[in-house]
Amino acid sequence: MSETAETLVEKRSEPLFSKKNKKLITNPLDIDNPITVQVLGVCSALAVTTQLKPAFIMSLSLLVVTACSNVAISAMRNSIPSRIRIIVQLAVVSLWVTLVNELLKAYVYDVSKQLAVFVGLIITNCIVMGRLEAYAMSNKPWPSFLDGVGNGLGYGLILMAVAFFRELLGSGALFGYKIFDAAGLHYQGNGLMLLPAGACIIVGIVIWVQRSINGYRESH
Amino acid sequence: MQTKNEDYNVQQSNLYIVIYSAVLTVVCGGLLALASEGLKEKQQYNIALEQKQNILATVVELKEGQDVNSLYAQLVKEFVVDYQGNIKDGIKPQNVNLATEYKKPAEQRLLPIYEFKNTSDSSKIDYVVLPVYGFGLWNDIWGFIALESDMNTIRGVKFDHKGETPGLGARIASDEEVQARYKGKSIYEDSKLVSVTMMKGEGNDYGSDPHKVDGMSGATLTAKGVNSMFKDYLLSYENYLKKKKSE
Repeated sequence: MSETAETLVEKRSEPLFSKKNKKLITNPLDIDNPITVQVLGVCSALAVTTQLKPAFIMSLSLLVVTACSNVAISAMRNSIPSRIRIIVQLAVVSLWVTLVNELLKAYVYDVSKQLAVFVGLIITNCIVMGRLEAYAMSNKPWPSFLDGVGNGLGYGLILMAVAFFRELLGSGALFGYKIFDAAGLHYQGNGLMLLPAGACIIVGIVIWVQRSINGYRESH
Repeated sequence: MQTKNEDYNVQQSNLYIVIYSAVLTVVCGGLLALASEGLKEKQQYNIALEQKQNILATVVELKEGQDVNSLYAQLVKEFVVDYQGNIKDGIKPQNVNLATEYKKPAEQRLLPIYEFKNTSDSSKIDYVVLPVYGFGLWNDIWGFIALESDMNTIRGVKFDHKGETPGLGARIASDEEVQARYKGKSIYEDSKLVSVTMMKGEGNDYGSDPHKVDGMSGATLTAKGVNSMFKDYLLSYENYLKKKKSE
């Protein structure tokens, strides 16, 4: 008896990593990337990518915030009065961002000083609000969590790619490690790469490369 | 009757919305208060550690991964003096809030001092580090000045700021070369305290002038703030410096 009941339950509920759920993670990495395809969250992609370390921490913070807010909003979605849903979303996002900021201050103080302004700005990062409004408000917590993680990874992937080129070309280093000096070569850092304009160029190239690979076209 | 109306939704009622937002606010606020209280100790430890690092960095070159706490305990003697240069017992430097002290008249300020003991003879000091505080172009600036044991030659400086323009005035903190310009300059001319002045314009050589350093292009107003911070605070410390000299 109990066996049949169990199989019944299993049949009815979706496996945790069904094809559909896996797509929630993989799509934002490529064909539905928040930065290169949806062109959201570009502001921070320009601001925190002079070095790999802050870019990495920023990506991680955003991933945590998107995933946690998605779960929280998804769990609350049936009780949220639609008239004040945006402000409720904002309150939840701010809660997580402030928590992340406090944790950074306690455990990676030097990075938190560098990121101070930008972590606060996650609150207004379009990716977070966009995912809440477009996904978490109408889906269950688990898929929402995956969606948040997927978009966080998609954002992080681009951020790391941009930071890789900016740090390498701008200061000849990776994660602060002077790679050219170690190889015995002299490298004069390209100052343009350290300025926001350099980030703009790199982001543009990344978008171009990615769109030409997956054949994405803007619909008119 | 409203209950019979199928379109009626309790979630649309004003009362529901008001209660919902009130509960949400209390829950969020409660969680934040908890987190802030729980992490306070760790955060304050980090701030204190950074302070120690900055003090040490004016004199010694810190390597990554070095135990700052033990090095600090081994080298530094910290205390607070008043304007007359007398030690104030019972007041610890970390309890002195420079942001409020610097607004007081010089005569009433509490002045923290960090002395670097001589490693072989602990009754002598090698360097003395003086915290300074002032106002830049946009907001507060602060830092440490390390003097050699002659109480005249600058061993090194360390600056920080709250909101100077990145790439311009913010270079007082981010550009170590700017801070290095102060090294070897002297604050006294004969027996008169004249301080060190950062000049307008960049790229000039002031190597022969012990009281002037090269400026920062595009950040003359921040430099002015630094100059008045220097003068203002060095004058507050003057009685202490005189005492030390005559020792």
